[in-house]
Amino acid sequence: MSEGLYVPLLDLGCGAFLLAGVLVLWRRDLMAIVGLFALQGMALAAVVVLLGVHQADAELIAVGVGVGVLRAGLLPYLMRRALAASGEGRETQPLVNVATSLLVAAALAMLAYAVAQPLIRLSPTPATQAVPVALTVLLVGFFVLVTRRRALSQVVGFLLIDNAITATAFLTTSGVPLVVELGVSLDVLLAALVLQVLTTRMRAAFGGTDLDELRELHD
Amino acid sequence: MITPVQVAVQITVQIVLVVAGAPLLTGMMRQVRARLEGRAGAGVLQPWRDLRKLARKEPITPQGTGWVFRLAPLVAAATVLVVAAVVPLTGTTSPLAGVGDLFAVVALLALGSVALALGGLDTGTAFGGMGASREMTVLALVEPTILMSIFALSVRVGSTNLGAIVTRTAEDPLDVVSPVSLFAAAALAIVTIAETGRIPMDNPATHLELTMIHEAMVLEYAGPDLALIEWASAARLGVLLGLLASLFAPWGIAGVGAGLAAVALAALILVIKVAVLGALLAAGEVFMAKLRLFRVPELLAGSFLMALLAVSASFFLG
Repeated sequence: MSEGLYVPLLDLGCGAFLLAGVLVLWRRDLMAIVGLFALQGMALAAVVVLLGVHQADAELIAVGVGVGVLRAGLLPYLMRRALAASGEGRETQPLVNVATSLLVAAALAMLAYAVAQPLIRLSPTPATQAVPVALTVLLVGFFVLVTRRRALSQVVGFLLIDNAITATAFLTTSGVPLVVELGVSLDVLLAALVLQVLTTRMRAAFGGTDLDELRELHD
Repeated sequence: MITPVQVAVQITVQIVLVVAGAPLLTGMMRQVRARLEGRAGAGVLQPWRDLRKLARKEPITPQGTGWVFRLAPLVAAATVLVVAAVVPLTGTTSPLAGVGDLFAVVALLALGSVALALGGLDTGTAFGGMGASREMTVLALVEPTILMSIFALSVRVGSTNLGAIVTRTAEDPLDVVSPVSLFAAAALAIVTIAETGRIPMDNPATHLELTMIHEAMVLEYAGPDLALIEWASAARLGVLLGLLASLFAPWGIAGVGAGLAAVALAALILVIKVAVLGALLAAGEVFMAKLRLFRVPELLAGSFLMALLAVSASFFLG
């Protein structure tokens, strides 16, 4: 692929990845949050496939397709099922209100940019220059995990972190070995399944998944 | 080579387009809304008929109001006219090229808003003051977003001059799909909606004083003054939509030294682009409800975040 097209497409993919990550903070509708997560999975898969095409590496392209199937197809499907079963449509009362969390995301983006500078200086290619994008999504994922109350939005926060770690891995190295990526992906799938079972059990036991109401252990 | 004749022609075309076209744009948007809602609609020419009706009425001002109240509509209309002459709508040359940057345009539009807010305060009525205070709140929240988007757009050009930015984008069409320009476009689109008081920020067709922002501010105006204000807010929407089209889709715009035919073609393309944007905006409004006033800062914080990401992306990915 020509260099002239590769860089804008890579930037566009990373831009979509970042946008989907920060929009998760904006929306209250849990269904929309899952949709945004699926969009981010697609952007991540596109970036990986693009890197594979650029390096003419068939294995990397296959990994990218796998990442797309898992993160844009399977995980959102599981979350939608959990959501439909729970009947909770909205993130009612996040610990930090939406306007403030958007401004916090802006500060986190600046932090990620500052932190990533030494990494970029090691090898300034177009791919490594996009590492701050992945780090921003990582920090936003942590923030979602800390401030949201619904179990499902916390799952999305956890998965955002994982997406960001995967993106960082692919952007900084010239391709992660298939075995490693397979291991990580299966791990994530397993974690999502466990969390889904956990939320179902929580709902059966307590009638809701507002984690703040779970202050003490029951036997 | 830029001849004075060409610049004069181009500026005249822009001003005539904005003066005559702005009420038509409003009429077209109302018509689109009406059709989508299953009504027949009043026709595209209705805003012009309204303006004629208002202009023929006797000028009347409430008791106790002073020169601020009388001057506000004139300032609002005049700033929009100057902006219409300065921004690159049909061509990138401008007689005020040295000072015609985004900062000047934003400052002029803000001057118009502030004049109207002062006019609203001058009446001393509850609704005028409420509308003015809300308008100032929205303006204060919009300002940082506009500045950040300007930085994002001017980083790669190295200049805040509108003509330079548009020329650069026209020369390099691939720039339009870069994250910088997409984030900045989203931020500026939200800002445009906020500045012109459309749904979801404000409902221009509302009759409920408690939910009004812009309309509450101009509640005391009547007759020719009201006509001027109505025209100015329509022209503001037209100019801002045209500016968005020029900044992010500058195809067909006449470059430096283009002939009269190119300017005529650019004017035609501009009309089409603004009509498409206006129809999209109107169609979007049908499917949306007005945001609660306390949720407006959220939307504006979101647009600020987009603008900031646009700036940082221009450094990250540059």
